[in-house]
Amino acid sequence: MLEFDCSLKRGDFSLEVAFSAPSPGVTALFGRSGAGKSTLVSLLSGLATPARGRIVLEGTVLLDTASGINVTAEDRAVGCVFQDARLFPHLDVRHNLEYGLRRIRGREAPIGFDLIVDLLGLAALLARRIRELSGGERQRVALGRALLAQPRLLLLDEPLASIDAERRDEVLPYFERLRDELRVPIVYVSHDFDEVLRLADHLVLLDRGRMIASGSVREMCLSEELHAIVGAGVAGTVLEGTVERIDSGARLATIRCGELALRIALTQLEIDSRVRLYVPADDVLIALEAPRQVSARNVLPVEITRLEVLNGSVLIHLAAAGTSLLARITHSAVRELDLAPGKRCFALVKAVAAQGRRFDRRPAAP
Amino acid sequence: MPMFTPDEWQALRLSLEVAARSVLLSLPFAIAVAWLLARRRFLGRTLLDAAIHLPLVLPPVVVGYFLLLIFGTRGAVGAWLNEQFGLRLVFTTAGAALATAVMSFPLVVRAIRLSIENIDPGLEAAARTLGARAWDRFFSITLPLTLPGILAGVIVAFSASLGEFGAVITFVSNIPGETRTLPLALYTAIQTPDGDAAAVRIAALSVSLGLAGLLLSEWLARSVRRRFGS
Repeated sequence: MLEFDCSLKRGDFSLEVAFSAPSPGVTALFGRSGAGKSTLVSLLSGLATPARGRIVLEGTVLLDTASGINVTAEDRAVGCVFQDARLFPHLDVRHNLEYGLRRIRGREAPIGFDLIVDLLGLAALLARRIRELSGGERQRVALGRALLAQPRLLLLDEPLASIDAERRDEVLPYFERLRDELRVPIVYVSHDFDEVLRLADHLVLLDRGRMIASGSVREMCLSEELHAIVGAGVAGTVLEGTVERIDSGARLATIRCGELALRIALTQLEIDSRVRLYVPADDVLIALEAPRQVSARNVLPVEITRLEVLNGSVLIHLAAAGTSLLARITHSAVRELDLAPGKRCFALVKAVAAQGRRFDRRPAAP
Repeated sequence: MPMFTPDEWQALRLSLEVAARSVLLSLPFAIAVAWLLARRRFLGRTLLDAAIHLPLVLPPVVVGYFLLLIFGTRGAVGAWLNEQFGLRLVFTTAGAALATAVMSFPLVVRAIRLSIENIDPGLEAAARTLGARAWDRFFSITLPLTLPGILAGVIVAFSASLGEFGAVITFVSNIPGETRTLPLALYTAIQTPDGDAAAVRIAALSVSLGLAGLLLSEWLARSVRRRFGS
């Protein structure tokens, strides 16, 4: 558990943020530029000290201005991966990786060199000089260097922002691997909602130096504060479930999320593995009667719980067998179908919709 | 190839010795001052910056005279050094090294400072988050990355020290085998009747030395660029 509560003023900018994040797990600090994300990173890492604040990580007080406690950045053991990697140009990859490991000062070192080299695919890079690395390779080395310093918390500050969009997929799977295989709590700072969806469990929403909402990614996907920031076109629902059935002939997999069963296009899934899927609100249609002979593979009886008006379109909040879904439709459709809270109808979800967006796979819970 | 007299060889050897001692003397201070000016904001920073640049704008004779006042046998520091350590600077090779060190100090500081200012402070911040404390950070990150500037500073200082005339002759006089470096030997030759041949030989020696210094610095700069590759 990470508890954070700090305030600080710098010229015109003032920051006043309090949140707590469960651990282990990935907490995303999400907001537009100027929201205060970078300031939060320096406060967490100890590179900056707030006028007033308290930071507690797993019961250890890292900062408490009221009682004069301020563990320095050197002793805080908060591993940082910066947007610009910040690898040391006079050292080769191996010595960059070992830099933090040589300075753990008697702390336990459960994260071994070979493990990291293996997990991040660095074996071929060890003897290289920093200037010979691509952007993605740099970030992998920076990630390995931070992890080998045996951090109590890993802080990722827009680690993909300086990498071309096409190259991000070379790095993202490594983040997923370390999230799943190491038990280090992670704070992931980003302004890219796709990355957040793919990696985070918990979301802290920031705007102009204030925390405006926080909660699990599933809850936050339904929050109006988030929709206001990412825009209606990106809104959608995160569902978590287990692979119940695989029909290789029809190339469909059935995902069980509580009482809801959803059929999605088959990717590389194993039966009984836990998956997370994202159903974009744009890909959910609403029908008053159950249609027959329709291409959508999922026709779900639902009940409307709320209408949310957002920049010219309406987000319909639906309850489907104990789970929430979002559908985005026009005002005219709302009027024509006479949609209102409490009304029962059918949600049509295309099987490819969930697959078309990102897919997350996690090892089954022990 | 002109044949050099033993006196001229001695002047050459002395020049190299004075220059080497001067560089060794000024380097640690130059690194410290350069770091302070590049990385710290403190009261009197502008004054310090101006003070170390003084030798660049003052006539060297004035610097030599100040040295005489401070480090002379009756000067405050000179008397103390003599009493405590039996160290005499006036009329000695050590004194010549001090005079050239003071004269070349601003050049060394400038080269090193530029180099430190070019280091991304983010690298030092990253080192902090990896557990490196202040001195550790300085020796493992800042100093190695300053190396190009230090090398440039050393070469500039060494070359300038070989050629320093005014401050040396004012502070430690022109004593053969003790303080008569190449420029002083050249001056002496010019003052001597029939010294023309000697003057030409010494001038040629100075030119070769200067040329070698330039070539060496070019080669070093290139190998440093290769290593750090920007």
